[in-house]
Amino acid sequence: MPKIRVMPTLLFKDVGLVKGVAFDSWRRVGSAMQAVKVYNMREVDELVYLDITATSDGRPPDFETVDDLADECFMPLTVGGGVRTVEHVRRLLKVGADKVAINTAAVEQPALIREIADRFGSQCVVVSIDARRRPDGTYESYTHAGRRPVGKNPAALAKDAEAMGAGEVLLTSIDRDGTLQGYDVELTRLVCEAVSIPVIASGGAGTYAHMADVLREGRASAVAAASMYHFTEQTPLAAKQYLREAGFPVRL
Amino acid sequence: MKRVAVVDYGMGNLDSVGRAIEECGGRPIVTDRAAEIETATHIVLPGVGAFGDGIRNLRARGLDEILREHAVVGGIPFLGICLGMQLLGARGHEGGVTDGLGWIEGEVRRLEPAGQDQRVPHIGWNEVSFTRASPLFTGVAPGHDFYFVHSYHLVCRDKEDVLATTPYCGGFVSAAARGRIFGVQFHPEKSQRLGFQVLRNFLAV
Repeated sequence: MPKIRVMPTLLFKDVGLVKGVAFDSWRRVGSAMQAVKVYNMREVDELVYLDITATSDGRPPDFETVDDLADECFMPLTVGGGVRTVEHVRRLLKVGADKVAINTAAVEQPALIREIADRFGSQCVVVSIDARRRPDGTYESYTHAGRRPVGKNPAALAKDAEAMGAGEVLLTSIDRDGTLQGYDVELTRLVCEAVSIPVIASGGAGTYAHMADVLREGRASAVAAASMYHFTEQTPLAAKQYLREAGFPVRL
Repeated sequence: MKRVAVVDYGMGNLDSVGRAIEECGGRPIVTDRAAEIETATHIVLPGVGAFGDGIRNLRARGLDEILREHAVVGGIPFLGICLGMQLLGARGHEGGVTDGLGWIEGEVRRLEPAGQDQRVPHIGWNEVSFTRASPLFTGVAPGHDFYFVHSYHLVCRDKEDVLATTPYCGGFVSAAARGRIFGVQFHPEKSQRLGFQVLRNFLAV
C-alpha cells in the first residue's frame, strides 16, 4: 500500500503566504521560501503551493518564484494558480514542480486536461475542486478562488475530469476552510466514490483526529492542511505519529 | 568531480534532477548534445510524460543512437528515472504501441488495480524491496519508502534484470539493471535523504 500522505498547503497572495477562513479574511503567515525550507528540513510527504489570486488577476504562474522555491524543495511539489495552457505546465514542470493543479481552467477548457495528460502523463494533472454545501445538502463546485459557481456537483466534475485524463483530485471544502472544525467527510466520500484516482482532502483540518476521520470515512488518499500548522502547535510529523497509532500506513 | 549529463529531450523535470545531483556532489550538465554526453562520467535520463512522446522526442534529436553508443557500447553508467526507466524497455503501450530503447527486455504496461482502493496513478510513498544486491542500494534499508508518481511500469522479461519490486497493483518492478544501465521507477530526486543516497551510490558506480 502507498502510505497516506500528510501535506501542508501554502497559499500565496501578493507578496507572501496567507491563510483565510472560507476563502476570505486573509491573514499573512510569512514568507514562502522560509516555509519551504522548514518543511524540506522536516521531510514532509509532499507540499502544495497555490497562487490564489493569479487567475482573478489574469496573471500566468510566477515561474521565477516557483523556480526559486523548487530549488530548495527536495520533496514532491504540486503547484497551482493561473495555469491555463500546456506551455504553462511545461515550464512549471521544468523549473521543478512535480504536479500541476488546475481549477478554473479545468472547468472553462476541459480539453486542456486531455492535452496535458497526453503530453506529460495523467500523473501530473491535479484537478483542484472547490466546493460549497447548498442549503438543500447537495454540493456546488466553484472556480475563481471560490467566487464563481460552476453549476455542477463536485462528484460529477471529478468524474468528468478523470475521464479527460486527470490523475488526482485536490478537493477543498470552502465552508470548512480555515475553520479548524474538521474536513467535510461526506463531500470527500462522494467524490472518492465517484472516481478511481487519488483524492486529497482539504479544508477544515483542526486536529489529527479530523485527518483520521476523512481518511477512514471519507476514503481520501491524502490530507492537506494549512491553518492547523500555521496557527496551532500541531505538525505534520505528529500527525503521522497519531495516524500510525490509529492504524494507517504512514511514512515516518 | 563527476560530470553528469542530464539528458534534455523536452520531457523532464530537469531542474529538480539537476539540483539533486548538485546536492549529491556531482556537476549536472543539462544537454542534448553528443559532445557533452560523450565526455560525461555519468548519464541520467529523467522523464515526466507519455512513453510515445518520450521515445519520439529522443529519436527526433538522435539521442537514442548517441545514448546507445556511450551507455550500452561505451559503458558510461546510466540511470533512467520514472519515464526514463520505462524507455529502457523494448515496447510501450501508452498512447499506442511504440518501440522503446530495448536495452532491457520487457514491456511497459498500465498498472492494473488488484483490489479495492488501489487507485491509479500510483502517487505517494511506497516500499522498495530488493530482489538482489546492487551497488545502487548501498546503505538503504530493505522496504524503505520512496516517492512514486506514475500510471505505467516496466514488466521485465528476464528476472535477472529486476533489482527491486513494490507491492502495489499486484507488485511491479521499481528498479532494474543490466550491467551499468540502471532504471528506477521512483523519484530519487524527490525522495529526500535516502533518495539522495541512491543518487550518490549511482555517482560512485
